[in-house]
Amino acid sequence: MIALPPPKPDVMVRRAPIVAGLRGLVSGDGVIADALRLKPYETDALAIYRQPPLAVVLPETTEQVAAVLRFCQAHGVRVVPRGAGTSLSGGALPLEDAVVLGLMRLNAILDVDFADRCATVQAGVTNLAITDAVADRGFFYAPDPSSQLACMIGGNVNMNSGGAHCLKYGVTANNLLGLRVVTIDGDIFDIGGAHLDAAGYDWLGLITGSEGMLVVVTEVTVRILRAAEGTRAMLAGFRSNAIAGACVADVIASGIIPVALEFMDRPAIHACEAFAGAGYPLDAAAMLIIEVEGAPAEQDFLCARLAEICRRFDPISLRVASTPEESAAIWKGRKGAFGAVGRISPDYFCMDGVIPTGRLSETLDRIGEMADEAELPVCNIFHAGDGNLHPLIMFDAHDAIKFARAEKLGADILKLCVAMGGCLTGEHGVGIEKRDLMGVQFSAIELDQQRRIKSAFDPDWLLNPAKVFPLQPAS
Amino acid sequence: MNVAAPADEAGMAAVIRDAYAAREPLLVRGAGTKSAMLRPVQAAHTLITRNLSGITLYSPGELVFSASAGTGFSAIETTLEAAGQHMIAEPPDFSRLLGATGEQTLGGIVATNFSGPRRIAAGAVRDHVLGVRAVNGIGETIHSGGRVLKNVTGLDLCKLLAGSHGTLAVLTEITFKVLPAPEDSCSVVLRGLEPPAAVAALAAAMGSPFGVSGAAHLPPSAAARLGGSQSLTLARIEDFTASVAYRGEKLCTALRDFGRVEIWPAAASRPAWASIRDAHVLPADPNHAVWRVSVRPSRGPGILAAAHDAGAVGYLDWAGGLAMLVGPAAEKLHIAITDAVLRAGGMWLVLRTPAAWRASAAMVPPEAPALAAITRRVKAALDPAGILNPGRMFAEV
Repeated sequence: MIALPPPKPDVMVRRAPIVAGLRGLVSGDGVIADALRLKPYETDALAIYRQPPLAVVLPETTEQVAAVLRFCQAHGVRVVPRGAGTSLSGGALPLEDAVVLGLMRLNAILDVDFADRCATVQAGVTNLAITDAVADRGFFYAPDPSSQLACMIGGNVNMNSGGAHCLKYGVTANNLLGLRVVTIDGDIFDIGGAHLDAAGYDWLGLITGSEGMLVVVTEVTVRILRAAEGTRAMLAGFRSNAIAGACVADVIASGIIPVALEFMDRPAIHACEAFAGAGYPLDAAAMLIIEVEGAPAEQDFLCARLAEICRRFDPISLRVASTPEESAAIWKGRKGAFGAVGRISPDYFCMDGVIPTGRLSETLDRIGEMADEAELPVCNIFHAGDGNLHPLIMFDAHDAIKFARAEKLGADILKLCVAMGGCLTGEHGVGIEKRDLMGVQFSAIELDQQRRIKSAFDPDWLLNPAKVFPLQPAS
Repeated sequence: MNVAAPADEAGMAAVIRDAYAAREPLLVRGAGTKSAMLRPVQAAHTLITRNLSGITLYSPGELVFSASAGTGFSAIETTLEAAGQHMIAEPPDFSRLLGATGEQTLGGIVATNFSGPRRIAAGAVRDHVLGVRAVNGIGETIHSGGRVLKNVTGLDLCKLLAGSHGTLAVLTEITFKVLPAPEDSCSVVLRGLEPPAAVAALAAAMGSPFGVSGAAHLPPSAAARLGGSQSLTLARIEDFTASVAYRGEKLCTALRDFGRVEIWPAAASRPAWASIRDAHVLPADPNHAVWRVSVRPSRGPGILAAAHDAGAVGYLDWAGGLAMLVGPAAEKLHIAITDAVLRAGGMWLVLRTPAAWRASAAMVPPEAPALAAITRRVKAALDPAGILNPGRMFAEV
């Protein structure tokens, strides 16, 4: 179990007056303090770590958020911001002495502007709700994390979330125009707006992906894009990871940037096929899902070129969808991947390392060897076009030895990613999960530099304080 | 004045450590092609990154490119072109407008974060910076990001340093994402539209499913520099040849209600967009001031009208969201432009103005007090002695 900082004794003894003070700021059921109702907030999507908070507060306006933060600042109370609680890195894991600041009641879509191609929404609006609000005019919000039905845009901003389609459309940071934020002092201000370039330092870029450590985001202005005329998926199965990896490199080198380029290895193919019955090639060692977009004739042209590239690699199967239903069938297994793995294993870690795409096959080989040594099954499902690996390590958390082995295997895989020239996390964030590995990627000087920037926003380290940076100061 | 131009990162760090110890400010620059913009820096010493030169990594199959900060842009473009790739954000070269000679460096491009017409479809320079190495104001070498396409590990200092004009740290090496250059391009062009109708046409183009990668409106004065006798409104498509032909035709049909539509093939379209990117459609007069304004696209025509009424000329890019304006360096005009931007909600930046005015006036909008306090604290977190390009962005930072 990962270490959390000791609770502040002066806060713990003042729990009752702190809760009463919060009730003076947010009325009714917006402050939660009884043990049973705190239960849903004691973890997020990294559910093996649990810690009930001091209290939960659910403000309904930016002004209430500011009042809560001013109050917490004045009383030295730590604050853990939370959206939908879908973080896979434990970004919303509470601390015993912290107030969880839930943003889910700020859930209004404030403005949609098709002429200027932007939408302003509150932080608690779900990712998919933005697309739903603009889809009737043929528009969409591009980043599409797997949890998009549940995850909230405020959390997406704080984790700089990606998704299967960011190879073409970029991650959250590339699709934002403006934010309304609240500092730990309770100051409210706007960053950016509905325009593309801002003056001064790039606060939008710095706050995006800052994992709730700098400010609390209450409103977000995103770019909305007009969708292409149509999309089409194709599927290709290969005899080895190395062959599929080489095919990925040739696709990228061909000048075609597919909208999505997903990779599944043999264990993943089997797990997904058993779950979804998508018709995946069970005899293949690795499989690619490639998606292109455009008018039907453009799809024909691109799929023909891509099929020609795939054929150079002696595919076991090659299937180009000819109808939207066939495209949906190809995606069906991939989209159900987490459910599929959940069905065959009581627990799993979903890792998130990134490697240079040229080192795909050697990295996958090494992960296979490491999994064998740890005697734990691992399947790989990931965004091949950008090298963002998602090894899923399967284990039973009730078996303490396997749990410990799974944690170590996860850490070793991420260290391998860094050694290959990559990084610890591509889209899930550092959170609590990868916090103690930060020294693998950054020097003590670099971590101290980042800590000083955190301090510039939050001098007393009250905002999500136990995340991202190792607890022991680097110097 | 002392000038240091180290040829490696260690030399760069040594100069900055010495300056930090002596508390002596440094004017930091690459080739200096953009030195005429923003506020002048008062410093006894100059630190030049130009000698940190060379391409350090290029892996076309991984879409990744790295070079030292002082590497000239043409060497980068040539190398990318040979592999059929390009720099996504199409960085502009404002040398003519700024009266500069020489060639801009990669460090200068990233430190100023100016993006070209493709910004509207594919993002800014900062969106494609994957990793940086830099020396902070203490002389410590730091890196952020890396050489992979996705990375959310730790705070994103790549974005903080991009566009920071050398005031937080000195970039030494930059890694960025590249993409295949399009096989072909064309522009769908409307003549004679007034700015409001032009921006409505461009909004229709951007709202179409045809992947428009450039959307500009040139009033008659700017259009004249492309040989036009009336205003020009252009929407660009870049893709495979077959797609360009198909999408060009479809877009023509979609824009028919706005006027007579014509298609410029790549041979005519490419030079036009280069002129738009580099602001060659504006007069370059050293006695004039130049403003760069970013607003929501539908407010672009209002900015253009306010500037025009007060004596400026200009044009719109980014479907109306970027106004480039030139006019007499007079307070009346400056107030007319900045007031219009304030009303529209957006940002302005004085790209060039005569020396006397540069030192005494704000060159970007002042920040709200709470944000200005954070600006000062973040500056101090990277450059505690305030020795890197002091005063370049804001008088007190």
